[in-house]
This record gives sequence, structure tokens and C-alpha cells, in this order.
Amino acid sequence: MNFSELFKQTNQLCRLSPDGKYLVRGSSGSLLITVPPVLVPQVWSLEQPDWHCKIDEGSIGLVSSRWSPDGRHVLNTTEFHLRVTVWSLCNKSVSYIKYPKACQKGMDFSADGRYMALAERRECKDYISVFVCDDWHLLRHFETETQDLAGVEWSPNGCVLAVWDTCLEYKVLLYSLDGRLLSTYSAYEWSLGIKTIAWSPSSQFLAISSYDEKVRILNHITWKKIAEFEHPANISSTKAVVYREVEKCPVVVSEDLSSSQITVSSSLFNTQSKYEICQLPVQVAVLKPDPDRANPKVGVSLLAFSANSRYLATKNGEDNMPNNVWVWDMQKGGLQAVLEQTGPVRCFAWDPRRPRLALCTGNTKLYLWSPAGCVSVKVPVEGCFQVLSLLWHCSGDSLILLGKEQLCLCYMETEEQK
Amino acid sequence: MGDQCGMTMTEHTLDAKEISSISGITMSPSRQYGQTTLHSSLSLHKSYSGFSPFCSEHSVTQCISYINQEACSLGLGTVCIDLCLGGEGLKAVPVLNLLYELLQINRRHQKAAEELETQQMKNSSDMEHLQHSHSRLKDQLEHTRRENSGLHEGERQLQLKIKTLQRCLKSEKEEVQKLQSIISSRASQYNHDAKRKERECAKLKERLNQLLVEKRDKKLAIEVSNPVGRSDGKRGLWKTGKMEARHEGEMYKALLNDYEARQRALMVENTELKKVLQQMKRDMVSILSPKKPQARGEASDDSLEQVCSDGEEEMCEASRECVEQSCEQAREKLTNSIRQQWRRLKCHMERLDSQASLVSAPDREGEGEELISRQVHEEEVLRMRLELQQCRDFIQTQQQLWQQLSSPCDDETAALLSGCYTLEEKERLKEEWRLFQEQKRNFEKERKSFTEAAIRLGHEKKAFEDDRATWLKNQFLTMTPFVDRKRPATLESHSTASSGAEAKMISTPVPPAKSVSYSAFTTPKTGSACVPSTVDLYRTLRLIPESSLRSQGRRGSRQDFSSLSRDLTKPRLHNGTADCSLLSLLKDVESPT
Repeated sequence: MNFSELFKQTNQLCRLSPDGKYLVRGSSGSLLITVPPVLVPQVWSLEQPDWHCKIDEGSIGLVSSRWSPDGRHVLNTTEFHLRVTVWSLCNKSVSYIKYPKACQKGMDFSADGRYMALAERRECKDYISVFVCDDWHLLRHFETETQDLAGVEWSPNGCVLAVWDTCLEYKVLLYSLDGRLLSTYSAYEWSLGIKTIAWSPSSQFLAISSYDEKVRILNHITWKKIAEFEHPANISSTKAVVYREVEKCPVVVSEDLSSSQITVSSSLFNTQSKYEICQLPVQVAVLKPDPDRANPKVGVSLLAFSANSRYLATKNGEDNMPNNVWVWDMQKGGLQAVLEQTGPVRCFAWDPRRPRLALCTGNTKLYLWSPAGCVSVKVPVEGCFQVLSLLWHCSGDSLILLGKEQLCLCYMETEEQK
Repeated sequence: MGDQCGMTMTEHTLDAKEISSISGITMSPSRQYGQTTLHSSLSLHKSYSGFSPFCSEHSVTQCISYINQEACSLGLGTVCIDLCLGGEGLKAVPVLNLLYELLQINRRHQKAAEELETQQMKNSSDMEHLQHSHSRLKDQLEHTRRENSGLHEGERQLQLKIKTLQRCLKSEKEEVQKLQSIISSRASQYNHDAKRKERECAKLKERLNQLLVEKRDKKLAIEVSNPVGRSDGKRGLWKTGKMEARHEGEMYKALLNDYEARQRALMVENTELKKVLQQMKRDMVSILSPKKPQARGEASDDSLEQVCSDGEEEMCEASRECVEQSCEQAREKLTNSIRQQWRRLKCHMERLDSQASLVSAPDREGEGEELISRQVHEEEVLRMRLELQQCRDFIQTQQQLWQQLSSPCDDETAALLSGCYTLEEKERLKEEWRLFQEQKRNFEKERKSFTEAAIRLGHEKKAFEDDRATWLKNQFLTMTPFVDRKRPATLESHSTASSGAEAKMISTPVPPAKSVSYSAFTTPKTGSACVPSTVDLYRTLRLIPESSLRSQGRRGSRQDFSSLSRDLTKPRLHNGTADCSLLSLLKDVESPT
């Protein structure tokens, strides 16, 4: 693993270009889209440095601005979600979309970038509009059977649109690309419902995480629940491996770090903490957050499938089990591993190619899990660099670690480099 | 009166038997009284008339004494009957008194009897009453006990009810709590959302106000500086109906592709599952069919046969169906047939289980099926037992053989082993023994030689002694005044002659040893007074090492030895140390051999 030097960035704004060629950093002087709330987004070109574009929305401000998948349009969402303006950078045309919905995830592009689903709300009813991204032609517009639509998400194969309702009502609706309702799923009533959903990359599974600290998996053939994953405080009767991060005294390493070519599976690196495997039964540290507050910080908050759809990583609660990451095996239908960190887990992400999970807890270390084992790596930079979030490069060979004001690149060892 | 009684008693002590023999009345007056009550007097009278009388004319006195006795025993000792004066009849007064007393007694006794009777009746009625009441109370007790148990039972059930109700209450409370928490969370969520909306509304109003105030509206525009044209020079297309249709078409194509892919996957899965089902069916049929030859005319077997035939038929059918494309009916048939087979298999297994249980309970007289199966079962059991026995015998013989082998083997092996280990030692010992024997032989030889030498020495000593004696004798005899100066020369010659082979010393010619010694002996007789010099002595004694001594042979040495012994006796005459030196010389002589 090689680490680069630190680069400046601001506000954790860091995105990879879709083809993985360019990394956009939020910092003055580089390709920047917007930092809300800015009135005038500006666009620069990397290949044609003379090209410059300025979009003026008038007196109204913008809440967000984003690229379309083909990179030729810019979508601006105005303040108060009054409308979405689609600016074409090629032919300077403008399209307006009225009544977009302000919700958790009101807009989603399909994986191939051909279609866009947008949630709208008119006269106290929810609608979904499906646009063709080529020319922003409205393909379908249909009403949804939700009380208060919270989010939309395309399946990776682009044929099914999952729509979920507000947390006051547990409901997931599945619509086909042409707007037909395929199925509805509701696990229970009255208690707080869905927090978020995630599709498996093969589109076979839909994982729904909820406030009752469970994740339910639906299958794509019958849209019925095939598995329910619990996050109990007392892990006893599973074949899972529980890794606990244990801080140990610093080890003096005499090797030259920059020249060391170390694979991910070995842990010869200068680690100041290591994982030890705990024997079951294991007690998970649970904090009881205030349940009377709105949007309580309980329930499974983070959810991600691995690239081969085999593993699902979950984090139960911002507050109730903050230090744990649970890894589930979809093939076996059970818990594969539990990682217990010394601090609250801030972010985790799967390698786009391999079943490898990278996570960070806001300290100076990077943690990696794979079915072979767990490793904790200290980021070897001077000063205090706290890893607050991370991104994988689409090739799976490198990681971008984001700190408060800096970022660091981590290069993984690949087979060719050895 | 008492004296009289006593006197009469002593005089006429009648035995009860005598009385009874006289009167024929049994001697139990009290019973008599008990039995005869009011009619006692009558009966007495009767008895008196019927039986032989108590008293006769001859036995008056006896009777009188007897009656007096009885009266005394009854406590009427004061009244005594007596004969009249003259002896003809009794004195009326005492008799009457006695009678009267007796009547009184009788009356009293009767009263007592009556009282006792009444008492007894009372008692018996009391007893009855008590028994009745006892039984009544018993019944009551039973009744109350039953009531009690019933009440207990009722109480227990009520307690159970209470518990269940409490549990229900608890669960209901819990549910109520849960619902309350849900309500509260929902309420807080609603409040939150409402507040958010209100805030947004407020912001909107503000903005609207702002806009109304501002009025000046900036034009929406997009400025592109240095536009980049398309690489192929084409321009963007207008939105037309054709475009829309194309989009629709593309969308449907995408959907159709997805469905087709899914259907393909499902088809593959379907065929796999069908194969599995077919396999299962084949297996089931094969499991069920072997039962055909074994069972004979059993009802269950008929069904099995049917099953087998059915199975085979269905298999053929199914295979035919398989060849054709999967149609709904074929699938249904397959699943139905598999279900049927499975049911039959289950029934068969259940029947087998029940049969096994029946066989294990041998006292049951089963139906025809049971007997048949039992026979089969028994045959099997016999066969297995036989096999078991065979195996056991085999094992036993093996054990015996093993023991046979192991026991002698042990000694042999032990011997062998011990032999192996000690072989080396043995050989070494043999070698040493051989050496030892050799040495022993050598020592024997030496010892022999030594003994021979010692014997010879003894002999020679003896001879020497003889010679000495003769020489002394001769000398003594030949002690003459003629002194011969030749003596020292003769001594010398003697000594040299005695040395024999010593060429150096010999000046005079050397005659044979013995004769020389003789002559030597003879010559010194003449000059015996001359004492040889010390050097000569030493030389003679061979104390001075002379080189020529060793070069001589054994004979020479022997000769020297003998001559030496002779020479040595001479100085013995003069000093006594010759023995030691002789011995030491002897040793010296011995050693080179």
C-alpha cells in the first residue's frame, strides 16, 4: 500500500469523474461546479482550458447543482425546490421541471445514464417523472401510492425503480421502467419505517434498512422478503467472526516505509492497533439515544453491497451501535463478520472490483476488511490527518481518503505491480 | 353359731361331688339362682319332686351341715339350722329364718337382675344410638371433605385464571406502552415536519416579499464563451415525435431485454429442478420396487406393485413429456406423480415401522400379513444368529491360536533376545577363556618345568651334598703336612676348571668337568689351609658379572650351576652369608630361562 502526499480540499467535496480519469476537488483553482449556496455556478473544461461557462439563474438562489451522466447538461435545483433547470452546455438550451420534491433522495439517474427519475409533488400527491437524459424528453409520469415519498432509486439494470415512503410509513413500491407498479412491500405498521434502501449490483436483491434495527432483503423475482438481518446487542449463535480493534503500544519499525511493497493481507505495516478475534458470545456496546426526538438516530443507517453482490455491509445506528460494522453473506444468508472499532464508524465503502471493504472512524487509521481477514493501517503522513471519509477509485486500485482540509491517496498493491 | 357351723363343717365336710352325687344337683348355686327367678321355688319344688331329693332320712345331718355351710358362704352365718332335740325334724325357727333370709336374698338378686337388665337395655340402645350417630358423622365428614377438595380445585382454577389474566394484562400493558411510544414518536415526527414546513413557508413569504420589493428581474441567461462545436460538425436535433417514438421504443427494448434475460435464467433453473425431481422420482420408484419379489400376496404389497407399475408408467410418460417442450400439463403431472409416490413411500415407511413394532411385541397374534412377515423376519434373525455364531467361533479359534503362538514364542524370543544381547559378551568371554586356557597351559608348563627344575635342583643338591661330604671326608682324610703350593693354582685351576668353558681363566688344560672337579677336589685337599681371595670368591660366586656367563648354553649354565653350588659350599665353611647369595644367584640363573 502506498500513500501519496496530502492535497488540499474543502468541505469534503471530492468526486471522481465517471470514467475515473479526473478527481474533482473542492478547492479554488480547479474544476469546480458549485458550493451551495452560490448563485452563479461556473464550469470549466479540462481539455479545453479556454472554454468557460457561467450560468445565471437570476435572483433566485440554488440549492444544488449537478452534472447529468453524459456530462453535457447541468441540472440546477433552485431554492425552495421551486424548479429544476436543465441547462445544456452544448446547445445552450434550457428545460424546466416544475414541482420537484424536496426529500431525502428526489432525483436519481439510472446506471447507464439514460434515464432520470424525479419525484414531484402536486396537490398533496406524489408523482414520478421519468426523463430520457438525451434530450430530456418526459417518458413517463405516474402517481405513486405513497403518503409522502422519501426517495427513488433505480436498480442497477435500469429496469426497476424502487420508491420508498416517509419514515412514518413502512412502504416500498417497485415500478417498472414503463411506470407499471410491480409490487408493494410493507413489513409493519405504525412504528418508524424505512431509513434507506440499497440495490445489489446484480439487481437481484433489494436491501431495506429500517428504524427497528433490521435489514430486510427482497428478491427480484417475487419481490418478497427472503431474509431478515437483525442487529442484536448480544451476538451468540452465529458462525460469524468478530473482530475487535485493540490499541497497542506503538511499534518501532525500522523499514523504510516508502519502499515497502506490502500486500493488503499482511500487516507488517507500522500499526498501532490491531484486530483480535473475539470468542462468541460477544456483547456489543449499545447507547440508547433519545427516542422522542424526530428522526431518532436509531436503526440501520448505512447499507452497502459489495461489487459481486455477495456481501452486505451495514451499520446499525448513528448512535445506538456506532462502533460496529456488520458484514452479511448473502449466499449463506447470515452474518459473516462484525467489526468493532474503538471509535464511531464514519464511512465505509466497498471496492468496486473485489469484496473488500474500507472504513474509517475519524482517526488516523484506515481499516480494511476482506473475507480473509481484517487489517488496520495507519496513514503515514506528518501531522494529524484524520480520515473522515473515503472513496474508491473505480478500478479498485486506489483509495481517496478525505480529512478535514486535506486528502490523501492510497494505492493498493495489484497483481501486476508485484 | 359359727363354731357350730365350723364344727359341723369340720365334722361333715362334704365334698361338692358327694353332694351332687347325693342330690343329683349341680354345684353352682349362683347360676341356679340366676336361671331360676320367680319360679325358683316352684322349680325347686318340681325338681325336688322330679329329681332325686336332696335330703333323705339318712342324710339329714349331712344335709343340714351342708346347708349351714352354704349359708355361711352366703353370709348368713348367723342362722344355722339345727336338729330338734330328739333328732326327729328340724328346729323350725332357724329354718324359717334361713328361708326368709334366702328369700330376701333372692328378691334382692332379682331386683338387681332386673336393674341390670334395664341397664343393659339402656346401654344397648345407647350403643345403637351412638353407632348411628357415628355413621352419620362419618358420612358428614366425607361429605365435607369432598366439598373441601372441590373448593380447593375451584380455588386452584381461579388462581390459574388469575395468572393468565395477569399475563394478559401485562402483555396488554406492554402493547399499550409500545403503542404509546409509537404515537409519541410519530407525533414528534409530525411536529418536526410541520415546523419544517412552516419555516419553509416563512422563508418563501420572505422571499416573495423581497421579490415584490425588488421588482427588477434579472434575465436568466447562460453565457458560453468559446463554444466548442461537435467533432463531427453536426448540430443538436429538435424534439420531434419521431424522437419520442424512438425513446419509447428504446425503453421497451430495455425492458424486454431484461425480461428475456430473467426468463432465460428462470428456464435454466426450471430445467435443473425438473431434472432433480425426475431423479427423485426414479429413486423413489427404485426404492419401492424391490419389495415385489419378497412379499407374497400382502395387501400392502399389492399397493406397492401398483405403485411400481404406476411409477414405471409415469416415468415413461414423463420422459416422453420431457422430450416435448415443457407444457403446463406435463409439469403438473410430474409434480402430482411425485407427490403420489412420496405419499406412498410415506405410507410404506409407516407400515414398516408399525410392523417392526409389532414384531418386537411377540405376544400379539397378528393377521396373515404379520405372520408372514414374522417368518421372514425370523428367518433373517436365524441367519444372522448363525453368522454371529460362526464369527464368534472363528474369533475364539483365532484367540487360541494366538495364545499358543504367543506363550512358547515368549520363551523362545526371550531366549533369543537374551542370546542376541549376550552374544557379543559370550564371544568375548570365549576369546578370553581361550586366552586364559592358553595362559593356564603355559603356566602349567612353566610350573612343571619349575618343579622339574626344583626336583633336579634337589637331586643335584643332594648329589652336591654327597660330594661335599665325600670331599670333606677326603679332605679330612687327606689332611697331610705336605702343603702344596699348587693349591692356589689348583684352586684357580679348580675354579677355572669348574667354570669349565671359561677359556680366559683356564690356564691349565681342561679335563672333563666331573673329573676335573674331582681332581680339583683332590688337589685342594693338600692346601686347604690357604684361603682364596675375596675377588676369587666373588668371581667364583659369580657376584662379579662376567660377560662370558650369558653366552653359555644351558648345559654350561647347568654345569656352572652345579659347580657353582659346589664352589659356594666352600665359602659357606667360612661365612654364613653364602646361602643368601646362593639363593640370589639361583634366582639370577632361573630368570633368563
